[in-house]
Amino acid sequence: MTLPLVEQFARGLDAPICLTWELTYACNLSCVHCLSSSGRRDPRELTTGQCRAVIDELERMQVFYVNIGGGEPTVRPDFWDLVDYATAHHVGVKFSTNGVKITPERAGRLAASDYVDVQISLDGATAEVNDAVRGAGSYATALRAMGNLARAGFRGFKISVVVTRQNAGQLDDFKAIADRFGAQLRLTRLRPSGRGADVWDELHPTAGQQRQLYDWLVARGEQVLTGDSFFHLAAYGNPLPGLNLCGAGRVVCLIDPVGDVYACPFAIHESFLAGNVRGPGGFAGVWRDSELFAQLRRPQAGGACQACSAYDSCRGGCMAAKFFTGLPLDGPDPECVKGHGEHALAAVAGAPAPRPFGDHSHRSRPVPVSIGRRPAGLRPDRACDENPLAGFRTPAFTD
Amino acid sequence: MLTQTPPRAAFDLDRPWQLHPQVSVRPERFGALLYHFGTRRLSFLKSPALLAVVRELGDAPSAREACRQAGLTEAELPAYAAALQALASSQMIRPREPE
Repeated sequence: MTLPLVEQFARGLDAPICLTWELTYACNLSCVHCLSSSGRRDPRELTTGQCRAVIDELERMQVFYVNIGGGEPTVRPDFWDLVDYATAHHVGVKFSTNGVKITPERAGRLAASDYVDVQISLDGATAEVNDAVRGAGSYATALRAMGNLARAGFRGFKISVVVTRQNAGQLDDFKAIADRFGAQLRLTRLRPSGRGADVWDELHPTAGQQRQLYDWLVARGEQVLTGDSFFHLAAYGNPLPGLNLCGAGRVVCLIDPVGDVYACPFAIHESFLAGNVRGPGGFAGVWRDSELFAQLRRPQAGGACQACSAYDSCRGGCMAAKFFTGLPLDGPDPECVKGHGEHALAAVAGAPAPRPFGDHSHRSRPVPVSIGRRPAGLRPDRACDENPLAGFRTPAFTD
Repeated sequence: MLTQTPPRAAFDLDRPWQLHPQVSVRPERFGALLYHFGTRRLSFLKSPALLAVVRELGDAPSAREACRQAGLTEAELPAYAAALQALASSQMIRPREPE
């Protein structure tokens, strides 16, 4: 008898379905919950030639499309060339941006391509809620980008929202913004990854908000995308549309700006590091042969969750959320809808949770100013500051 | 009788079909993954035999003939016609004009 598709996926595929590729740690913003602790460029980031070699491999592996993020990927000087190179090699691109480089002219060129999709990050339906997380001016930047895309005739671009305690009451408002611009709304889960580890306690939705979010998502069905990130909510009853399983190392993975391959975008830590694309076997070698991925593709033990009636629905939840809150990987998700996460968190309270790996945050707190020139009198940038946006200090970005 | 609901569209096994030109196919152990670059939707072929049928479609004079070349028996045809209908309704495959 053939296995159900979800079991096939749990055992891993010949190539990822969905690959996240963060092109740079550089970012003009400093979002408080940035999953990759981005800010400054890393001097070891892949060169244009190395990026092209990765794209050549993805083409050979028939990876249909990559989700490009960062950092803010569009600040790489070779970003648009790499997008063109990927699409010319049959690798579609969806890129996440805070909108800083989406000018009317650029929006027009994007609208003309069938193989490029754009995702604008927005974490509040009002400037007040958004800018508290992403930085002053970031709401205006995002909405300007959306206006440029809509006016250029780009239909169905994505507006991506990380659901937090502050914006969980704005779901209808987010939907209205998406409808206004002819865009599609995408809601994703806040993870305690990167700088998100520092703010997770205060920003993650309450149990009541989680329930409302679930009901709201069930009522909207496939109208609203979720990046399959809320599968822990399936324990409420019906699964949400999409793949209700942790795809880490099985159907998804992350290539970070220096070419390191992690099991998922929310697991930037040496425990989830599978290899580097610069190694002898390239990316394909890491995907097919890494010991970490092989282990993830073996049947998993449910541990403390095995006895729970909901285990077949939620499968224990998100590995990264557990790891960075200090919970055992075979135990409940910290946001377990049955309340087991709260007990588990109480049990480890006070013990240090693993810290995210590799902090590229800006060294000083961001100085919120309007986009443009650096105000006179602001501390000059260090000579060694690798940020290509040195001198360009505005607020944030994630996902 | 005028108010009777029309029957669900049945798949026309006897006409020529083809993979949509914007669809990419990636074989996997269980069958294959399909991705449509126009609709940006992913789909799955849940058996290697269905992949074989889809591969034959573009050259066969009819879907029925593609199924035959893929080694399917008469008894298996209804299940495969339903799978092909699902692919047609998501635009993964489309009718081809007879030569």
